[in-house]
Amino acid sequence: MIENIKTWWKTGTPLIWLNAGAVSVSLLLVLGILGMIMVKGMGHFWVSDIHELHYDDPNSPVVVGELIETAEIPALLFKEVEGKDIPENVDVIQRVLVKQGNREQGADFKWVYAHKITSKEVPEDLIKLERLEWGNFYGYLKNVKDDGKVVATGDQAWGQINQRFERVLELREKLEDLEKDEISSINYGLERLRLKKRELELEKEDTPENLKRIADEESAFNKKYQVLIQELNGLRAEISRDSADFNSANGATVNIPLKLIVSILKPNEMNVFDKIGHYILNFYNFIFDDPREANTEGGVFPAIFGTVMMVILMSIIVTPFGVIAAIYLREYARQGPVIRLIRIAVNNLAGVPSIVYGVFGLGFFVYFLGGNIDQLFYPEALPAPTFGTPGLIWASLTLALLTVPVVIVSTEEGLSRIPRNLREGSLALGATKIETLWRVVLPMTSPAIMTGLILAIARAAGEVAPLMLVGVVKLAPELPMDDNFPFLHMERKFMHLGFHIFDVGFQSPNVEAARPLVYATAFLLVLVIILLNLSAIMLRNRLREKFKALDV
Amino acid sequence: MSSSIQKSTAWRQKRRLLIDNIARHGIGVGGLSVILAIVLIFFYLLWVVLPIFSAAEVETAESYQMPSVSLGETVMILPEESGSLAMRLTKSGKAVFFKQDDGSVVKTTELELPGNEQIVAAQLLGLQENWLALQTGEDQIFFIRVSYRVSFKEDQRVLTPEIYYPFLDSYLSFDDAIKDYSATLDEENLSLSVMTQDHAIKLYRFEVEEDEELTEAEIVTEVEVKSSVDSMLMDAQSLWLYLADKNGEISVFDISDLEAPELVSQTKILPPEEELSELKLLIGGSSLLAADKHGDFSQWSLQRDTSNNYSLARVRGFKHEHPIIHIQTEFRRKGVLMLDDQGNLLIYHTTADNLIAEHELLKTQSVHFALSARANRLIVEDDQQQISVTKIKNEHPELSWNALWGEVVYEGYTESDYIWQSSSADNDFEPKFSLMPLAFGTLKAAFYAMLFATPIAIMGAIYTAYFMSPGMRGWVKPGIEIMEALPTVILGFLAGLWLAPVVENNLLGIISILLILPPGILLSAVIWQRLPKQIHYRIPDGWQAALLMPVVALLVWFAVSVGPHLELFLFNGSLQSWMEAEFGIGYDQRNSLVVGIAMGMAVIPTIFSITEDAIFSVPKYLTQGSLALGATPWQTLTRVVLLTASPGIFSAVMIGLGRAVGETMIVLMATGNTAVMDFSIFEGMRTLSANVAVELPESEIDSSHYRILFLAALVLFIVTFFFNTAAEIVRQRLRKQYGSL
Repeated sequence: MIENIKTWWKTGTPLIWLNAGAVSVSLLLVLGILGMIMVKGMGHFWVSDIHELHYDDPNSPVVVGELIETAEIPALLFKEVEGKDIPENVDVIQRVLVKQGNREQGADFKWVYAHKITSKEVPEDLIKLERLEWGNFYGYLKNVKDDGKVVATGDQAWGQINQRFERVLELREKLEDLEKDEISSINYGLERLRLKKRELELEKEDTPENLKRIADEESAFNKKYQVLIQELNGLRAEISRDSADFNSANGATVNIPLKLIVSILKPNEMNVFDKIGHYILNFYNFIFDDPREANTEGGVFPAIFGTVMMVILMSIIVTPFGVIAAIYLREYARQGPVIRLIRIAVNNLAGVPSIVYGVFGLGFFVYFLGGNIDQLFYPEALPAPTFGTPGLIWASLTLALLTVPVVIVSTEEGLSRIPRNLREGSLALGATKIETLWRVVLPMTSPAIMTGLILAIARAAGEVAPLMLVGVVKLAPELPMDDNFPFLHMERKFMHLGFHIFDVGFQSPNVEAARPLVYATAFLLVLVIILLNLSAIMLRNRLREKFKALDV
Repeated sequence: MSSSIQKSTAWRQKRRLLIDNIARHGIGVGGLSVILAIVLIFFYLLWVVLPIFSAAEVETAESYQMPSVSLGETVMILPEESGSLAMRLTKSGKAVFFKQDDGSVVKTTELELPGNEQIVAAQLLGLQENWLALQTGEDQIFFIRVSYRVSFKEDQRVLTPEIYYPFLDSYLSFDDAIKDYSATLDEENLSLSVMTQDHAIKLYRFEVEEDEELTEAEIVTEVEVKSSVDSMLMDAQSLWLYLADKNGEISVFDISDLEAPELVSQTKILPPEEELSELKLLIGGSSLLAADKHGDFSQWSLQRDTSNNYSLARVRGFKHEHPIIHIQTEFRRKGVLMLDDQGNLLIYHTTADNLIAEHELLKTQSVHFALSARANRLIVEDDQQQISVTKIKNEHPELSWNALWGEVVYEGYTESDYIWQSSSADNDFEPKFSLMPLAFGTLKAAFYAMLFATPIAIMGAIYTAYFMSPGMRGWVKPGIEIMEALPTVILGFLAGLWLAPVVENNLLGIISILLILPPGILLSAVIWQRLPKQIHYRIPDGWQAALLMPVVALLVWFAVSVGPHLELFLFNGSLQSWMEAEFGIGYDQRNSLVVGIAMGMAVIPTIFSITEDAIFSVPKYLTQGSLALGATPWQTLTRVVLLTASPGIFSAVMIGLGRAVGETMIVLMATGNTAVMDFSIFEGMRTLSANVAVELPESEIDSSHYRILFLAALVLFIVTFFFNTAAEIVRQRLRKQYGSL
């Protein structure tokens, strides 16, 4: 037997198995990460049941909430923390993390020890409220009030509250339109007038007639503003009309105005199809809503928008420059040691840490270029910087610089794959060099260029470190694109999915509450990037197939 | 007809050539400018960093006759901050304001002195600018404030000097003649200590009311001192009182409780027979700067030992060839300007231990020596009643090779150390700019990441390239490579929020995974070997990795679920507390183990992909030759394939290392970001890249801190560029080698 193992060892088979084990470990790591992000990220949108736990603890006899996770802790630790003896002779104690919401009454998450739960129920009329403030609320509906007077109790209350909530939603939409569009565009207009006035002062053209014109415009805006404010106040009064009383788990009655509620659900009453419907709705809201409560609730629309805008701008910058540089290196430059050196340098720049690009972007683009642009073109806004502060355009430029090696390398590879005889054929027929390039070579290289661009986009979309220096913020009050002239505001700061993950996961006041949202955001980002990469790989393969035929 | 066609073709021909030419030049310019833009990164970083290493510039700008000589001798010269005006205070009580540039008098004010006394001495109140404590006559102390009102006339900035008497009614008069005094002012209190000829020190603290009036002295304490004591210094916070005699005997009193001053230390800082020539307090008030009559200069800092006893210890110093007669500390930095008896100016920075400049300032003896608050102008009056204004450009005195990379004794520390502590609430704080802990953290993180990643990636690559069946390889390779595209922010977030708590709660389980995986895999190989042949035939060779996946998953699950029980059994429930108790090994939740695993995952695909390519591209006839000669596949691998591919594997490791060194988000999120120098796997670290990401947005443009962060970026750039270039050169050599085969 031992002899057997010795000879077996000599053949190297066990070492081959060990190497195979390394592959398995790597694959499991990949699958594990992707799987975990997927499960946790997608799980965020599912409407789970609310449990009512009767608990052997005089301080909180009833715990109501969603069960988040189960964990085991050593019994000794339990003893240390709780200062109580363990019921039987056990080593490990089960505990359950309950999201009990109702943050205004205390902690919104609570660890519950499994052995102390006396009974568990799923009552159908338990209500889950998503709110604009204080997170979720779990409890029973007691009555519905109109201007402080009770209008419905008991069974009628559920119908009433839904009916009235519809009205609140309509009003809220109107309010948002008013605040976001009309009033903000008035503010924008007023700010522009202020800058214009300052500009006139600086250019010493602040003649009475010019000033009067500005004052007129200003008063027109103000008049409009007064009207809107009236309307706004009316809507605000209307939306504050309704409220409802709820009984929470600890027996307290809480009055919640309907205007603070985002959604009202009875999850325990819902069947699977209802839940699937709400799953889709939640996902939709996640994509298209603005964040709430210091980014820990709500959607990620501004982050998606910012990421997309930045990537588009970056692509517009990086593609022509990358392609031109590649064409120069491959087609025009005299091949020699210098070009080889440059090629190595360009290759290696892809390996330079992204934070270095961020530092360069901040110093050169933001402070140097931006500062000078401000001096030259925006003196009226100084000392408040316009371009001399991190913003969308600088982030795009920095990332373009970061990804230009990727595009150059990929395009060069594509150019080098074009068979020589095609070029020679074109030149022999009398085409000039640029005509050959434009009509013959470039069209055939386009998949390679696309591959480079997609890889560049995938890298740019996931890059966070440099953006922290050149333009990303945790909460941007305005999108970089809106209906105020000049529509595209490249100097504005923006939100970004990757930074959103960092910020919400690590700098938010309530990490536990924000965690599902972070997973969901991470899932979204991973999905986009993997899709981009897969398409790049497919394009590359198609390109290879295509030219395999040409080589023959 | 035909000629017109000819004409048009000729024209078209010309146009085509023109376009071709334009394109040629356009592409040339475009291509070169893109390449230049890339090269610009390096040079821009260098350009920002270089001023750190440039020397200070000292240049005497103006020299002129002392303004209003007829008004008598000078007691003090006080430059105004922006450098346009200065005040000369005369013994007769006149304040002469003159332009620094040409000495022309702007305004002369007669001070409203109590009685008809002369001004004997003047002191700035600690380092508060423009508040003066004057001694008039033999026994009176009197306060004034000099202020400059700013107005604009035809877009020109005009300064109008004014003198206020904030405490006019409350000048202090003493029974005995004053020997020395010292006063400081902070937001609430004015502290004054006065030493009189009868060897007593009186300490006062006044409350400053909002209208700048003083209340009656709140506290008055009297301390008897030795008759030899002849000078006295009090720090800006009035916590310490330093008394010195000629021979360098220094007593330090703790006066934080003014009612009960306590003698905490008594030290003789000079050798016997030596005499002090000048003694000053460094900004911050916990360091003394002493110069003796033979040119020795030293910094002494108050240090506290473990049993809370204070002592003055020599921190650093240097020997100058001529005696130093004047010491002037900067107001906002830990810099010092000194004048020796030959009229040479020395500019020194204490933390950096850096003699930044030596400049021949005067041919004559100086009488008064005044530095502006920004430390960029020096006004000197010599014994010929000439005033000279010297401009000093000294932006980054605190940075020297030693301050950045060496061990430094910081104020309040008993031993030299590497410390990074850049942020400060005020100027009193000594910035600590040692890049060593950050560089150490960077290498530590990279080391643990490589420790985790290299074996897995290289072994995996060997199997994938050499043993795996082509069908499976087609899936596995892109599968692992896709991880390279995974944003590091996601890896960092998982590491910080998921992995770190899991590792903390299950430390033994995680460690035991490492121990049971290899034997577990070997065991399953043995079992597989013993399975009936029919099953062997079903699954072709080269699918071992797929077979092992459930095995590995099972082993991991086993280790993790057994871990807590084992921990309970072996270590009384917690490995961490056991380690702490037995070996004193601390445990951070976000530690190097977590970073190693997370960053390892970021590096695995890089190393895997390049290694796999290198092994796969080893020419087939080499391996076939070896196999044909009777070598087993394993022998062929180790003696032929790996040898041929070794440069490629080396380059893969280098590129992986480059990536690990520069990675930012993972370390930012998965470590505690504390700049400790501890190699323990259970402690965190702060890396260069994370430090830049955290601190650069807050850093003031062109400050020393800003430039150091750029230096950190430059270091990262050079290091990674070096790794990558080494890898590239090796790879090119590899290609050449294959060409010859």
